[in-house]
Parts: sequence; C-alpha cells; structure tokens
Amino acid sequence: MADNRKVSIIVSKGRLEDVYAGLVMANGAVMEGIETKMFFTFFGLHALKPKFMNRLHTAVVGNPALRMPGDLPFPTLLGIIPFVEAGISAMMRKEMEKLDVPPVDEFLEMIDAGGGEIYACKLAMDMFKLKKEDLHPLVKDVLTVGEFYEISKGGEIIFI
Amino acid sequence: MAEKTFAGITVQVDDDGYLIDPNQWTEDIAKEMAKEDGLELTDQHIEVLKFLREKYLKGETLTIRSVGKSGIVDIKGFYKLFPGAPLKKASKYAGLPKPSSCV
Repeated sequence: MADNRKVSIIVSKGRLEDVYAGLVMANGAVMEGIETKMFFTFFGLHALKPKFMNRLHTAVVGNPALRMPGDLPFPTLLGIIPFVEAGISAMMRKEMEKLDVPPVDEFLEMIDAGGGEIYACKLAMDMFKLKKEDLHPLVKDVLTVGEFYEISKGGEIIFI
Repeated sequence: MAEKTFAGITVQVDDDGYLIDPNQWTEDIAKEMAKEDGLELTDQHIEVLKFLREKYLKGETLTIRSVGKSGIVDIKGFYKLFPGAPLKKASKYAGLPKPSSCV
C-alpha cells in the first residue's frame, strides 16, 4: 500500500467546489499512502486565509449546472439577490458535513496529519499583497514555480 | 475469492484479502493478518478495529475523520498505527470490506 507514488495538486480557484475538489483529492491520496503536496495559487489562496477558509462560496450567477430542488435550473437573476449566494453556499457546506466532509481548516489538519504538505505560490502572494502570516499556520512554505517543480519532481501534477 | 486460514480458522477472503463475512472475525485473525503485512497489533490497534466494526455493523460509513473523533486515537496517531493507508489497512484487519468513502 505504501508505495512510491507521488502527486502534487494545484488549487488555482477559490470557489467552494474547486477548493474541495483539491482537498478531497489530496486527502484521498494521503489516505492511499501516496506522497502528497498541495500548492495554492491565485484565487485558491483565499482558501488559506483563516478568516474566510470555512466560509467559501460557490458561484450562483452564471453557473448553468446549479439546480434547485427537483432538478430545476437556478435562474441567474435570483443569484444577484443579497444573501442568496451565502445561503446556497451554506447549504452546500451543510450537506458536505453530513457526509463527514470537514470544514477547510480541519481538512488541512487531516492532510497534514497524514504527512501531506501545503504550499502557497509566491507570485500570487506578491500580487495579492499577502504574507505567510496571513495564511493558515499549516502552510509550510511559500514557493516559486521553480521550487514547486523541484518538490513535485517525478510525481503527477493535477491542476484545478 | 479464496480461502485462507488465520489462527486455525478458515475464512473466505476477496482478491485484496478482505474477509467476505465480517462475522467470522476474531482478534486472533486480525493479529495474524497484520503479521503477514509485518505489523504487530497492540491493544490500541485492536481498540480501533473494534470501533470500526461497531460503526460498520451499525451501517455507518467509515471515515478517517470519525476515527479521529473516536477518542481512541487522533488522525496523526491513526496514520502511525497503520502506516501507509490507515483506513484500508484497519478495515482489512477489522474483517470489514474495503472502505467505500472518499474521506
């Protein structure tokens, strides 16, 4: 079971579903005994800010796959009403909790507990004027793209 | 499907070595199974296996997170007890099918 497999997962978007896709894949890899690294860049960095990480949103405007009960399409115009986005996102988080999918901070702790590593992208940090202290303490380091390739060497890379 | 004998008891196992019938499980089977993988089970291991069995037999889905909240061991400790792939290994030694959850 423990083998030589290795994977790096890049999270470049800050929407709930994109961040969770990365976290589920990373944690799943850790659970399989695969050496796992996560690299957050651009809007994905939003998911590493302690203040926002457990309150990520999904896009309710311009999201054609968003459905209401009964599989009815969700009208984009409803999405512009205040609090609708927050409500729908909260509902999604609640549904995930029921499946034992943890909030983002706890997910990072699970990945870390299994030996997975979490990194942030230097260029995006500079762009958003973020410092390492602004991010969750489990962020191991801020890397340049070259350093990222260095630590990912020989493994698979997944971009989300 | 194949037959295997652990601790003097002959059991049916699937291709990956998981017991077909969880009711055939005994602590001795668990210990011998783990020994095959080079792992010596302690009381704490057994406690985790029993926890998983209890959850499984109640029809609950097994997750790493639930083990972390069991009060027996935290997630880090769970990875230490069953190095590599803890939930898969622990399910196997607990006589349960391969875990079906993604978390």
